Amino acid sequence: MTRISIDPITRLEGHGKIEIFLDQQGNVDNCYFQVPELRGFEVFCVGRPAEEMPRLTSRICGVCPEAHHMAAAKALDDLYRVEPPLAGKKLREMFYMAFYVTDHTTHFYALGGPDFVVGPGAPPAERNILGVIAKVGLEIGGQVIATRKRNHQVIEMIGGRTIHPVAALPGGMSQPITEEQRQQIIEIARQNVEFGQFTIQLFHDVVLANTDYVDLITSPGYTQKTYYMGLVDENNHVNFYDGKVRVVDPDGHEFCKYAPGEYTEHIAEHVEPWSYLKFPYLKNVGWKGFVDGKDSGIYCATPLSRLNAADGMATPLAQAEYERMYETLGGKPVHHTLAAHWARVIELQYAAERMLQLAEDPEVADPVVRAIPTATPTEGIGIVEAPRGTLTHHFKTDPDGILTEVNLIVGTTNNNAPIYISIRKAAEALIQNGNVNDGILNMIEMAFRSYDPCLSCATHSLPGQMPLELVVRDSRGAVTHHASQYVPPELLEQFDR
Amino acid sequence: MSEKPKLALYWASSCGGCEIAVLGLHEKILNVAEAFDIVFWPCVMDFKYADVEAMDDDSIDVCLFNGAIRNDENARLAHLLRRKSKVMVAFGSCASGGSMPGLANFTDRDAMFDWIYHKSPTTDNPDGIVPMKHTDVPEGDLELPGFWHTVKTLAQVVPVDYFLPGCPPEASSIEMAVNAILTGQLPPPGSVIGPDVTVCDECPREKHEKKIKRFYRPYEIIPDPDTCLLEQGLFCAGIATRSGCGARCPQVGMGCRGCYGPNEGVVDHGAKILTGIASVLDAQTPEEVDAILDTLPDPAGYFYRFHLPDSLLRRRARANGEKIVAPASEAAGEPA
Ligand code: SF4
Ligand code: SF4
Ligand code: SF4
Repeated sequence: MTRISIDPITRLEGHGKIEIFLDQQGNVDNCYFQVPELRGFEVFCVGRPAEEMPRLTSRICGVCPEAHHMAAAKALDDLYRVEPPLAGKKLREMFYMAFYVTDHTTHFYALGGPDFVVGPGAPPAERNILGVIAKVGLEIGGQVIATRKRNHQVIEMIGGRTIHPVAALPGGMSQPITEEQRQQIIEIARQNVEFGQFTIQLFHDVVLANTDYVDLITSPGYTQKTYYMGLVDENNHVNFYDGKVRVVDPDGHEFCKYAPGEYTEHIAEHVEPWSYLKFPYLKNVGWKGFVDGKDSGIYCATPLSRLNAADGMATPLAQAEYERMYETLGGKPVHHTLAAHWARVIELQYAAERMLQLAEDPEVADPVVRAIPTATPTEGIGIVEAPRGTLTHHFKTDPDGILTEVNLIVGTTNNNAPIYISIRKAAEALIQNGNVNDGILNMIEMAFRSYDPCLSCATHSLPGQMPLELVVRDSRGAVTHHASQYVPPELLEQFDR
Repeated sequence: MSEKPKLALYWASSCGGCEIAVLGLHEKILNVAEAFDIVFWPCVMDFKYADVEAMDDDSIDVCLFNGAIRNDENARLAHLLRRKSKVMVAFGSCASGGSMPGLANFTDRDAMFDWIYHKSPTTDNPDGIVPMKHTDVPEGDLELPGFWHTVKTLAQVVPVDYFLPGCPPEASSIEMAVNAILTGQLPPPGSVIGPDVTVCDECPREKHEKKIKRFYRPYEIIPDPDTCLLEQGLFCAGIATRSGCGARCPQVGMGCRGCYGPNEGVVDHGAKILTGIASVLDAQTPEEVDAILDTLPDPAGYFYRFHLPDSLLRRRARANGEKIVAPASEAAGEPA
């Protein structure tokens, strides 16, 4: 038996590890995707006052603390049966849109974009934001940094801190914004809308104008048919902050649509002894192992999944691009995992437009941003869309609001099984009869990256490709093949956040 | 300069926020990249453990280590980097005090596994599977790092020279530390890098020496925007917490939770917060003090929010009436 290990370099403890086993003929027999980390928030938050959850759970992830902050706040509204004043809701959503703009910008320009803009065939050392800049002009690097900076300002203004914000409470937010701050945010949101248009244009000019790239997106190695999940508003339009969770089947038909309070009727989690991370699936389809298709309960929750699960976008510029994407890729649903990058650009445009709508509404600066709860708490469930998937927070408390039970289904966790399938497809395509193609690293990396997995913060903060190492050992443990790709130090210079 | 100082950065059990805080230096990260020779930063550059192992002992000038120690892998890297580094900095609250994930010391590994892999409402695990260090799959053996009973701070596992608190440290704190390292103007070993003032000292809210009769939960009242939160009955640890953040949380109307840790000379942050809080209680007798403190739920979770592993309590000692006994390696802070 030949064994292949792929480690995202050195981050063994937090991040995933891939083991591929080959049969006698040297073809893929099986593979495993292991997550070797556990921190146990669901257990040690028990005994804490529920209202601390937005500040406690943000520490699950320093990349998307805003998502946990919001999901916890919404679970608290539900727990205390309190409706935040409209201004409080709008303020939260505006804060959240600023976060989405920064997060999707980072991903597109620093991580996903380079594959396409510079080209998947380019040497790894060029497939990074430096390469993007070299190809489309220095000005872009400056724009990316400026976009992130100005939205960080908004996050800090409303949330108190950029990393681990503090302002959300049951019933609303701790502090209103002033009219002057609202004017600043309008200006920032306008720039974001322009930046969204610019990004869409870039995607068209560089990616879609190149038939090779379009062929790559639609190639079988990057295609898998699963269920798709996303939060939608009352018109079945994509929404990041509020609504119901809608799931469509691999043919694109609505499979279920549930309110946050009903999530346990629809979602279950499978356990494997070789990973600390569980594998969520649709309970009413069932766990059938690591396979895609209509009979398997595995679902995806990525930007593309959200678009697949919805009927459209709630803002005009995003809607126009949404239509263009489905026209180009042959209708709904789209099963090509790499199309998640296109979907992400559409979502960036939506977040920017939505932020502007909210900022232009004078009510967002209303001084009343919080309602005082009066009900006795028992149980609360809150759901938001984190950039990396539907995020569910579920709390139970005693009558004093002290937590007795916590269950969390975190963004990337939704995609644990689909990531595994993507890896296996890449391995099967590139390992044949004992020949290990060096391109496997690139392919696995690209498949991985379309999910933007939060397992490795490396994938967010890096301005280049994901560092991966591949080791092939024969049955005696001797190394027969070794390949790696890495990020050159000069890239350091491009870091932001 | 003849040779740039060699810098290593590492994340152990971490949320990634500390790494992002370093990147949040924005354009100033260029100065860091310029001033140092970065020899190990797995979040950012491709270095392998083997590269570090091959280095001479003490060949790294400064190691900035974030994240707590909670499994064998974290401990292995802590020991390795300590051996290779002249100066070891516990970076952020996780490494210096355990931070929020350190609240896991109120519970234990079995309780965690029991809930997460068996009892949680969405878990479907009829065969009672739990993750294991070794799994025999038909194709071979799959390994996971051993998960510890106790979250430990870096200093509980290896000697630490300096501490940079904050969850995460603000960019200004990081800059201060970097400058201190570059100019050699470091405080005596064992110190916290940063000014020894309290959050109250930097907080713009007005204090009126008012005493309180009870605590309110943060959702129960809408506080006056200009007055000290503690004097309005809202728990705020700023009174006994080192600043460096510029009193960020009180400025948006939320009490400080103590992420920057205690001031100089304080052994137990929680005890110090309790003393600070006691000074604003409107009570004459110990009974009155108790009655007011009873209105603050989960005092241990508030006082030790960021520093339980580093406190005199460290962890809960018993589970189901039995003393929790860690394996010898874990007790010694070594990887198994
Ligand atoms: S100190 Fe805070 S920001 Fe840093 S790793 Fe720990 S939890 Fe994350
Ligand atoms: S106790 Fe808190 S709110 Fe009051 S002055 Fe100190 S830091 Fe500010
Ligand atoms: S106010 Fe307190 S909790 Fe908030 S950032 Fe400062 S030290 Fe940390």
